[in-house]
Amino acid sequence: MPEFDVVELPETDHVTAGETAPEFTRPLVGEEFWEDRSLSDVVDGPTLLVFHPMDGAFQTTYVYNEIDDRGWADALSVYGVSISSPYEHKDLLAERGDGVRVFSDPSAAVVEAYGVAHDIDGMAGITEARPAVFLLDGDRVVRYAWVGSEHPSFPDYDAVESAIDDLRD
Amino acid sequence: MTDPQITLYRLQACPYCERVVRTLDRLDLEYRSRYVEPMHSDRNVVKRVSGARSVPAIVDRNTGVTMSESANIVEYLEGTYEDAGAEAGA
Repeated sequence: MPEFDVVELPETDHVTAGETAPEFTRPLVGEEFWEDRSLSDVVDGPTLLVFHPMDGAFQTTYVYNEIDDRGWADALSVYGVSISSPYEHKDLLAERGDGVRVFSDPSAAVVEAYGVAHDIDGMAGITEARPAVFLLDGDRVVRYAWVGSEHPSFPDYDAVESAIDDLRD
Repeated sequence: MTDPQITLYRLQACPYCERVVRTLDRLDLEYRSRYVEPMHSDRNVVKRVSGARSVPAIVDRNTGVTMSESANIVEYLEGTYEDAGAEAGA
């Protein structure tokens, strides 16, 4: 890894393993259209919920590249969440995130509910998501949680993958 | 949450789509909105369901009807649900 100038983010009271993932309804964007969907509508088995910074930020690009490289969307349902608009999500999905659908949360209310907010420095009025990964079982119970505590930061992909393997066994 | 039987393919701020929405609301019909691409050539999902890329388009699973063109849709909705409302709603 190249050396980053890493900023510590404030501690956060985020959703952790064992809790039920908070319910929400937001436009869910696929490659062809978007429509309001609730989390409980779409979870019917192992599900990976990936919060990420705004579409276009390099962290977001890297996270989707890794999801694609590892073929996670073939193994389980994968949903992204960011504050970007449905139009931006469509552009993102045209390039990467094969098989992934992305919730649009411009108000960051879902981001806040999961305790993964990041008030981004130098962009007044923008609260976005830190990178965060929640692995849910079919009952929406969180089985693995990781929330970035530095900026920038990336999930421990191997740890996520082994949690996915454990859940699917 | 049960899925509404009517799906409306629409474009944000498209007056013809809003006209259909007004009719759906007036008839008190539940529907799911699917927003599609402004770029006409990218609306393959609409083409697949309705045979054309134009919006609005509706899919009504109550009747098996799929239809484009707002005037046709309004006429269809009023014809199917305006009078039936009394029976179906009773």
